[in-house]
This record gives sequence, C-alpha cells and structure tokens, in this order.
Amino acid sequence: MGTATLPPPLTKKDFQTDQEVRWCPGCGDYAILSAVQSVFPELGIKRENFVVVSGIGCSSRFPYYMNTFGFHTIHGRAPAVATGIKAIRPELEVWVATGDGDALSIGGNHTIHMLRRNVGVKVLLFNNKIYGLTKGQYSPTSEFNKKTKSTPFGSLDRPFNPISLAIGSEATFVARSVDVFQGHLKETLKHAAAHKGSAFVEILQNCNIFNDGAWFSLTERDARSEHVMQLEHGKPLVFGKNKDKGIRRKSDGDIEVVQLGNGITESDLVVHDAHHPRPSYAFLLSHMEHRPGFPTPIGVFRAWDDLPRYEDVMSQQIKDVIAKRGPGDLGKLLRAGDTWEVK
Amino acid sequence: MSTLIEVPPVKHKREVLDQAVIRFAGDSGDGMQITGSQFTNTAALYGNDIATFPDYPAEIRAPAGTIPGVSGFQLHFSSNEVYTPGDAIDVLIAMNPAALKVNIADLKANGILIVNSDSFKEGDLRKAQMTSNPLEDHSLDKFRLFSVELERLTRRSLEHLGLDAKSMDRCKNFFALGMCYWLYNRSMDPTVRWIEEKFKNKPLLVEANKLTLKGGYSYCEATEAFQVSYEIPPAQLTPGLYRSMSGNQALALGFVTASQKSGLPLFQGSYPITPASDILHELSQYKDFGVMTFQAEDEIAAITSAIGAAYAGALAITTTSGPGMALKTEALGLAVAVEIPLVICDIQRGGPSTGLPTKTEQADLLQALFGRNSEAPIPVLAASTPADCFWVAIEACRIAVKYMVPVIILSDGYLANGAEPWRIPELSDIPEIPVKFATDPVTFLPYKRNPQTLARPWAVPGTPGLEHRIGGLEKQDPTGNINYEPLNHENMVRVRAAKVAAVAQDIPNVLPDGDREGDLLIVAWGSTCGSITAALKAQRAKGRRIGHLHLRHLNPLPSNLGDVLKRYKRVLVPELNMGQLLWVLRAKYLVDAVGLNKIQGRPFKQAELEQKIEEMLGL
Repeated sequence: MGTATLPPPLTKKDFQTDQEVRWCPGCGDYAILSAVQSVFPELGIKRENFVVVSGIGCSSRFPYYMNTFGFHTIHGRAPAVATGIKAIRPELEVWVATGDGDALSIGGNHTIHMLRRNVGVKVLLFNNKIYGLTKGQYSPTSEFNKKTKSTPFGSLDRPFNPISLAIGSEATFVARSVDVFQGHLKETLKHAAAHKGSAFVEILQNCNIFNDGAWFSLTERDARSEHVMQLEHGKPLVFGKNKDKGIRRKSDGDIEVVQLGNGITESDLVVHDAHHPRPSYAFLLSHMEHRPGFPTPIGVFRAWDDLPRYEDVMSQQIKDVIAKRGPGDLGKLLRAGDTWEVK
Repeated sequence: MSTLIEVPPVKHKREVLDQAVIRFAGDSGDGMQITGSQFTNTAALYGNDIATFPDYPAEIRAPAGTIPGVSGFQLHFSSNEVYTPGDAIDVLIAMNPAALKVNIADLKANGILIVNSDSFKEGDLRKAQMTSNPLEDHSLDKFRLFSVELERLTRRSLEHLGLDAKSMDRCKNFFALGMCYWLYNRSMDPTVRWIEEKFKNKPLLVEANKLTLKGGYSYCEATEAFQVSYEIPPAQLTPGLYRSMSGNQALALGFVTASQKSGLPLFQGSYPITPASDILHELSQYKDFGVMTFQAEDEIAAITSAIGAAYAGALAITTTSGPGMALKTEALGLAVAVEIPLVICDIQRGGPSTGLPTKTEQADLLQALFGRNSEAPIPVLAASTPADCFWVAIEACRIAVKYMVPVIILSDGYLANGAEPWRIPELSDIPEIPVKFATDPVTFLPYKRNPQTLARPWAVPGTPGLEHRIGGLEKQDPTGNINYEPLNHENMVRVRAAKVAAVAQDIPNVLPDGDREGDLLIVAWGSTCGSITAALKAQRAKGRRIGHLHLRHLNPLPSNLGDVLKRYKRVLVPELNMGQLLWVLRAKYLVDAVGLNKIQGRPFKQAELEQKIEEMLGL
C-alpha cells in the first residue's frame, strides 16, 4: 500500500489514433472529435473499456480516429450492435457516433427502440441536415422545400426534430450542442457521460461542402445570443443579447416569449427542470424553435436517470431466475420432460 | 405409477400390428395439435418409434368450419424404425366436414374413419362447400366409418360440472383422443398427467378434460363400437434414455449445450417469425443457464445485436425464416468482413415473399450459399431430422468459434415442428468447444491469422492494450486498418474464401448408406432424409443397387464427395425446391445428376421417391 504507482492519467493524446483523419477540411466533425478526445480522459474510465460504435456516413468514420475499441458497422444499425455489446458487457462505456441520415432515416427504428429500452449507450447525432458521404441529397432533418441534387425542385418532406423524436421515444437523457461551441459541447458530453441510461445528444454540425451555413443563424457571432437559449437546470429560461427576454407559461399551459422589464421579472419565467420524470415539458421546449420569435434551446432538455438500464434489468432477471431455480444443470435439462428407457 | 383411471378388463378381439398412421384433423380451434401431440407422447413413452407431421394453417383462426381453417396432425408409430410420418393413413379423425374433405384422399381403403357427426349439419356442410352429406350419401362406403356424436357425448359426460356449452365443446377433442387410446390399447396416464399440470390452477378444467378423455375410452368399451383393437409393440431402438424431440426444441437445447461446452454466455437476437419463433420461446426459458434472449425490433436488429454480442465475447445466434434471412443479408456480409463467430438459423418455409408461412420447403439453399453482395462465403449446415438439429447446433457453434466465421444452419418447417424419439446423450460424450480470447498486446494484430484455420484473433472490448478498430470497410492484412489497395483487396477476398474452404478439414469423409457403389446414388440434404431412407430400404429389399448420401455440410462440401459421385451410374437429387443442390453439384462436379422436385409445401412421400428411383433405373 502506498508505494503502488498509479498509471499516469490519460490525456487527449491517448485517445488519438495514427490514422489520417479523412474529413473535408473545415468540416464540423473535427471539432466534435476534438471535444470527445478531450472529454474521454476526464471520465476516469480505463481506455480499454471504451467502445465507439458507428453506422455509415461521414460521422461514422469516427471510431477510426478514436484510440479505443471501435466498430464501424453498417448503415443505421449501430444502436442495435451497441445493444448487443451492452447486454454482454454492461460495464463497458459504449458511445455511438451517428448522423441525421444514419440515425433518423435508415436506422430510425433502431434509434427509437434503443432509447425506449434505456440501454446505457451514449448517442452522438451529428446533424448537418444533409447527406454528405453520398454527395448532397436532402436528409430527414432538411427543411421543407430544400433544393438538393435529388430534389432540384425542392424537397417535399417535412423534417424530423431529433430532440422531439428522442423525447417521444422516452429517452431519459436528451441534449443539444453545437460543433463550434467547444466549451458547451464538452460540458454537454460530460453530462451525457454521467447519465447511466440512454443518452441522446444532437450536435448541430456544419457541412461546409454540401450544406454550408445550415446553422449560421445560431452560430454567427451577431445572431448567436438572439437565437440561442442555453438551458440550465434550476435557472430561468432567458435569452437575448442582454438576457432581456424569457419564456413564460401561459394560463392554457402553453409558453410565450416575454420581454423582461415593465413589471415582468425573471421570477415570472419558467425555471428549467431537466430532471422532471415526465417528458411533456421537455417536449414543449423541443418544439419552440419552430415558432416565430422563439429561440433554439441548447443544453440538457431532459436528464431523468431513475429508470434502470436495459442491460442491468436483463442481467438481474438472470440472477433472479438463478436465485429461484439454482444454476442450470445441463444434464437435467436434456433429461427434462417425459422420458423412457430402452433396454 | 398407479393408473389414475380404472380400465375394465378387455373382452374384444385384439390384433397385433407393426405400425399405424393416424391423423387428427379438425378446425384450427379444435385442438388438433394438442390431441396429436398427446397421442405422440403416449406412443413414444410406450416405446414405439415415431415420426410426426403437424400441418396447420397460417391463419390463427380462419372462419370456423371452412377449408382454410383445417388443422391436422399426423403420427406414424411403429414397433420398427420409422423414417417418415407415413404416406397413407390408417385412421382419420375428422372433426368437421372441411377436415373430412381435405384429408379423406389420404385414408387407406378400409381405413378407420371417425367423424364428429354433430358437425355435419346443413350449415357445416355449406361451409365446407359440400352439396350432400357424406355420412349419408355412401361416398364413404369404402372406409370403416364411425359416426360419433362427439359434442353430445362430451356434454353428457360433463353436464354435472356446471360448465357453459362452449367450455364443454372445447373438450371434445379429448373424447376422440380417448377413443383412439382404446383403439390402440394405450394408457391414458401420460395425458392425465399433462392435463393435471396444464390446468393446475383450474381444477374444474382438470376434471372436465379427464372426464371427457375417459368418456371416449369408456364409450368404445361400452358400445363395442370397434370390434377390434390394436396392439403395436415397442420398437427395438438403441438402448438408452429417450425423450420426444422436435427440431426447434433440439436447436435450442443444442445451443444451450454449446454455450456450456464453450463456457461462453449464449445470446439470441431474434424477431418472431413462423416457423422459427419456438426457438426463441424455448431459449427464453433458460435464464438459469445465463441465456440472454433479445426480442429485437426487427430482423436486422436481431442479427446486428447478435453481432454486437459476439464482438463482446458471447456465443451469439440469430434465428429466423426465409423472409427474415433476406432482411439479415447485409449484416451477414458485415459478419463475414469483421470475421466474428455467429450462428444464423434459417427455418425454411414456402416462398417467395411471405409464401406459405406454415408449410415446409427447402428453397433457401442458394440464398444461404450466395445471398449476399460480393464475395461473402459462409459455411452452411443442414439438419436432417428433428433430433439431428441438436447436433447441428453444436457443430455450427464449434465451426463459428474455431474459424471466426458466421455459420448458417438450414432447418425447415417440417423438422421444426415434427418430432421423433431422441436418445439423450451423455454429457461426457459431447466434446468441449475450445475458445481462446486474445490477451497479449505485444503480439496482437486484429487480422493476424492462425495458420491452420486462418481464423483471426477474438479480441473483446475491455482487454487492456488491444484497442483496435474493425468494420465493414476493406481492411489491411493484418493490421485491420482501412485499405483500398487492389492487391490487398484481392488477397483479403481470397483469404476469407480459403478460411471457409478450410472448414472442410473438419468434415469427415462421407459414406453413403446402402450400396457403396452401384446403379444409383441419391444425394440429398435436410428434412427429406426420412422419406429417402424409407424409399431406399424398400428398393434395396427388391435387390436394387442404390446408395443414399445425406449431406450435413453444404458449404464447404465434404472433400471426397466428387469421388463418391463417380461410383454410381446415375445420381438423383430429390429436393423440395426447383433443384438447388442439383445446380450446385452439376456446377461443381460436372455430374449429370437428375432432380426430383416437389414444391407443394409438403414433404416427399415414400411412393413418390420410389417411383422416380424405378424410373431412373429403367424399371
């Protein structure tokens, strides 16, 4: 005791691989990679216990650049592969890197089912509102009437709101951050890491080749404070350059934007409660960005961690049956039921 | 064991036979599958050899009394070895006109026909699209017809219990079962035990079902309805402890055994599909063996979750039927590329598309062999009898783990639901399945291969120093890094193929049954084994020089197969498809083999095979 040397703490460098990163110069994915590589060493988890799983798409190259266990699977299926991994090894720290097409289009089914089961997997959804790797078709998060290679006269689809979808799927942790807000992104990732159940993080990410500026109204320095509202648990919902606007409950249960002053103070505003066991308030928040005059919230919408994880329930059920029946006896199992002896 | 129901002494004539085929047929709500299973169990416990053929509709409850709603269960039981459920039937129990209409053609002349005469009213006949009452129009004269008022008699047996009419009518199948037990001099004890267990929380139903069963037995006794009853002595099977075993049950037990023998936790990812769901039902009961069953959101998640589990160090399986196989195709390619152990069961059914969900077919062979994009070879095994599924499951797991490959098992609806006696093996006779996980960071490379098996290391997450990346993109040999170089790709494609081909070193040389050389070799695979064995036996008894080779390994094929094919003048390949193994054999061995092909959702009859054999022998 006392003389044993602890292994040196992990650093960002420990999570970088020798593989050349092959995203386009200027891609938002670099910033996300950097944030994840910065956050992982701070989690106090051994490197061999990290598994990064991905599907197909630009974002899904992520595992190759993380010096952890990594599995680049097939289009849309990462949540299902991750579920299998967690079932066998609940102690592993499994993160899924995915995109708007991978998670919400071809893999939509797996995303919603993994979330409803509350498998202890962290999902990072890189949302650039476009198909990048196939060179520029509209995605399930592209805005209506989007003109792309496959929709020269405009797309006819109405988009998904990933946050609403995750909340609707009963996800227990739902957050949003932005590639270029490095500090906020790292904080959000740490919140996600601390969550035991399924954690879903939408990261607004710029594709500077096929959809440049998709998020400029939120990321450009002048627009940022007017259009973005940071969610902080226990704090009132305020936004605006001078923190002079806020969100207030109406008598019918809906919300409205109010200008602070003239008798309206922060005490009139909605106080953010990310830990509420029911998802309706978080859903209301997720939809405000579609309404004129409302800001786009970023931060943790919902972090309710009282639901047991799927993998824990699964192994507990096995333990319970063994406690009741005793460990299985193969000889007995093969001889079960009606048997007869031939002499 | 004491007899629970008093059986009066026998007064009638008793005849000894060596075999019988009996078919219970009725509406899908009439409990024919339970009735048939009960008779099967009783016959098996008595020591007969058995083969069964449950045949039920895809609809859970088609309109009552109609032709599509007919459900049947056929049993062949014998004092000799049994290979098939039987071509023609000796006893038909028809619970309604539709069941009579669908099944009467298979009843032998002078066969026993028991009908529920209460269900031959005008409306019942109309539902079966019959214009006259066959019980009255002499159309059944060539059979020994026993019209029994099953409903009235059942109700009379139960009238004192205070049950409603519907509940009483639900018991009537056991009245028929009781009659059959009398007819074949069988003890009612096993069924009585089953009733007591099944309805243990419903004493009234225990009483009602026991009374009805006994009522059927006593009815025969009292009325002397049949002048004769039959005795079919036990079969001379290999000594040992036996139980009745269906194909799906055998697969499940095989996987649990493989899990125990390998020391790996068993993970099953599955999505319910007929006729494979029973494997999931079965395995989900074995939590005390640490079995993890995951009912996934779809077929794709079923296999990809299993891939994740295998990656994390489990013995992972996924179970499905043809349409599910189609959905799993892309993931199968991933398993080939990342070279992880995985077992995929395809319980084949009639197709294409949804096809004939509850009927049997062997038409997924080429899908199993080739149904993936690009060069993606996978070892393929096929079970030949219900109990053989147990051994095939273990063999598939052994290959998967040893060679780090996905392995496909082909079974089918006939094997899945059919049952036969299974001699329970000694655990010590089943070899261990050795497993080695990579642990040494100094020598580790993700695609560094075992020189003998070409298997790459199984390096599970959580192992210090082995952090590495794998995926569906082409990998550099042996680092596993992404690599698009032309020669590396060609090398990797060839290595993956060589690895699957190397499985042949574990396949013993095949030896045909019957003649080892001669005029005709029958080559086949899967559930046709029983009918072919029966046909072969009958034909060889007539002095014909025929061999039968039943292939368990369909990819790779046994090394000596080409030599065996040359020892016969002609080769016949009977299949329940359009000629898929035939195609493979002709392509691979340039042999002028001939097919016998049946695509009716039903197994071969022995007679159909014998006819083709004689035709090929020029007889």
